[in-house]
Amino acid sequence: MSGSAVFWITQLLNALQYSMLLFLLSIGLTVIFGLLHFVNLAHGALYAMGAYIGISLALRTGSYWVALVLAPVAVTLIGVVLYLLLIRRLRHAGPLSQVLVTFGLIFVFLDVIRILWGDIALGMDPPAALRGMTSIFGVRYPTYRLFIIGMGILIMVVLLVTLARSQIGAMIRAGVENDQMAACLGINVERLFFAVFCLGCALAGLAGVVAVPVLSATPGMGTDILIPALIVVVIGGLGSLHGAILGSFIVGFMATIGAVLLPGINSVLIFAALAAILVFRPQGLIPARG
Amino acid sequence: MQSIHGKVLAAVAAVTIVGGVGAAGAQTKVGVLLPYSGVFAALGQEIDDGFVFALEEAGRLDEFTLIREDTEVRPPEGLAKARKLVLQDEVDLIMGIVSSGVLAALRDFVTDSEVPLLVANAGEDSSTGENCSPYVIRVSFSNSQVNRPMGQWLYDQGYRRVYTLAPDYAAGQQMIATFRAGFEAAGGEIAGSEFTPFGRTQDYGPYITNARAAEPDAVFVFYAGSEAIAFVRQYDSFGMKEDIPLFGSGFLTSPLYVDAQGEAAIGVVASLHYVPTIDTPENNAFVEAFRARFDRTPSEYAVQGYDAGQVLMRALDAGADDRASLAREMPRVSYTGPRGPLEIDPLTNNIIQNIYVYDTVSDGAGGLTQEVLDVIERVQDEPMGCTLGQ
Repeated sequence: MSGSAVFWITQLLNALQYSMLLFLLSIGLTVIFGLLHFVNLAHGALYAMGAYIGISLALRTGSYWVALVLAPVAVTLIGVVLYLLLIRRLRHAGPLSQVLVTFGLIFVFLDVIRILWGDIALGMDPPAALRGMTSIFGVRYPTYRLFIIGMGILIMVVLLVTLARSQIGAMIRAGVENDQMAACLGINVERLFFAVFCLGCALAGLAGVVAVPVLSATPGMGTDILIPALIVVVIGGLGSLHGAILGSFIVGFMATIGAVLLPGINSVLIFAALAAILVFRPQGLIPARG
Repeated sequence: MQSIHGKVLAAVAAVTIVGGVGAAGAQTKVGVLLPYSGVFAALGQEIDDGFVFALEEAGRLDEFTLIREDTEVRPPEGLAKARKLVLQDEVDLIMGIVSSGVLAALRDFVTDSEVPLLVANAGEDSSTGENCSPYVIRVSFSNSQVNRPMGQWLYDQGYRRVYTLAPDYAAGQQMIATFRAGFEAAGGEIAGSEFTPFGRTQDYGPYITNARAAEPDAVFVFYAGSEAIAFVRQYDSFGMKEDIPLFGSGFLTSPLYVDAQGEAAIGVVASLHYVPTIDTPENNAFVEAFRARFDRTPSEYAVQGYDAGQVLMRALDAGADDRASLAREMPRVSYTGPRGPLEIDPLTNNIIQNIYVYDTVSDGAGGLTQEVLDVIERVQDEPMGCTLGQ
C-alpha cells in the first residue's frame, strides 16, 4: 500500500478514536440535559473522578478490567450523592442556579483530586492484552486505540437499540418530548430521571477510565474536556442521542483533519463551526424535540 | 461595631509588634511568589521546598521571614500579590515566579520600585534579553539556554533531518526556534514543524502521524507537565520510538513526573540544566540530604529553589542588607552547587551554567533514572538586546 494511503487511514482511525472519546463523554451530558433539563457542568469533574478512581483501582487490584467495571460504579455513587444532596433541589431552580452550583462543583472536585492524588499528572498503562500495535486495513495502529473505537461503537449501538426498541427507551423518549404528559400516562418520571442521571454519571466515569491510558490524568482534565463536550452537545442538538453521535463525529473529525490540513488555524475551526451552528441552526443539527 | 473593629486592629498591631521584637536581629523579609494552586502548583511546592531546604540546611531559617503568596498562573494576580508584598509587607526581595507571563507582568513594577526579583523558574528569554532589568536576577534557566546546545549535539550524533513539535505559546516557540537555529547552523535540515494548541490538545495522535509521514531521522519536541506525560506515552504507543528516536527539551522527561510516563520514557534523550544523577560530590551530598528530608528525589525545580536560597545567603554574607545592596550583590555570587559551577552573567543577569544531555533509563528496580550522556559546560546566552553590560 502506498505511504499516503497508510497516512490517511491512520489519520481516519485517529479521528474515529477521538470522536468515540467525545461521544462517551457528551452522551451523558446531553441525555441528562434532554430529560432533566438540567445543565450539569460538573459532568467533566465526574469524568476526571472516573479517571483517577480508575488509576487507583488498577493499582490496588493490579487489573485494568476491574477498574473498567468498578470506576463507573464508583462515579455513579458520587452522582447519587450529588443528586440527593443538590441536584434534586435544583431541578426546578432555573438554569442560572444550576450552572452556578455545578460550576462551583467543578472547583470542589478539582481540589478534592489535588488533595487525594496530588498536583502531578498520573499515567496508566493499558492492560497487557491491549498493548502494542495491531494491523488493520493494512496499517499498524495502537491496539488500545482500537479498543476505544470498539467500546464507543458498542455503547453507541446499545444506547440506540435501547432507546428505539425497548420499553424504557420509549418511556425516556416520552419524557424528553413532554414530561408532564408522560407522568399523566403513568410513567414515574422522577424515578426515570434518577435512573437516567445515574446512567449519565456511569458513562462519564467510563469515559474517564477508558481515556486515561491515552490522555493521562490531570486535576484539570474535567474542565479541559468540558468545552469540546459542550460543543459536541450544542452542534448535535441538546438532549439528542443522534445529535451527540453526529456532533462527536463532526468535532472529532474536524479536530483531526484540521491538524493535518490546516494546522495553523486548527484551534479556531471548531469554534467557527460552533458559531455557524448557533447562528444558522441554534437548535442543533438533530434536536431532541421535533 | 466600630469599637470591635478598633480592638481587632489593636490586637493585630500588638501581635505584629511582638512578632517583630521576638524575631529581632538582622531579619531578611522574603516575599515568596509561587503558584500554590492551579496547573503549576506541583512546581511551586517543589521550588518552595528547595528554597526552605537551603536555609534549613545552613541553619539560618530563623534569619528569614518568608511571606508566601499564591500567583496561580495569572499575571494580574501575580502583579497584585507583588504589590502587596512590596507596599504592605515591605519585603527586601521577591523570590519565585514559575510562569513567564507572571514574570513579564512583574518586570516593570519591580524595576520601578527597585525591589530585587530572584527568578527561580520562568525561562522566558526577553526577561534577561531586551527587557532585562538590574532588579531581575535569574537563577533558573532561559528557554534558549536549555535548547541551544541540542542542535549541534543532534547533528554530531549523525541526525540530518529533524521534525519538531511544541505547544503554541511563547516558551514552546522560543525553545523550538533556538533548537532550530542551532541545528540548521550545524548543517541539519528541519523536515517539518508544528505547534499544537496549548492547553487544549489532549490527543497528539494526528500530529504524531504527521511527523511519521515527514520521514525524519529524529523528532525534537518541547512539552512540559501533563502535556509531556501524554505526549511521551502516545509517541510510544504509536510504535514511533523504535523507528524514529525522540529528543526533547529536558522538561519532556523531568524527574518530577517521569514515573507517570513509565516505560514509554525509556530511551528519550533530552537536555536540561540539572538531573539528579549528576555525579559530583556536591550533587551526591545534596541528593542524599534532600531525600533524607523529603523522602523523594529532587527535581530541577527543587534545585532552582535551593540555588535561589544559596544565592540569597551568599549575597547577605557579602554584606548586602537592603534592597539596593541585594540587587547589587546577588548577581556577583558564584559557587559550585548541585548542578555544577554557576554564576550570574553581568551582561544579562541570567545564570551561566552547564547543560546536561541525558537519557532516561530503567534503574533495574522497576523505576526510572537519568543517565548523563554529555555535559556542555558554561552555557551562556547572548545579550539579546540587554544593555546591562554597557
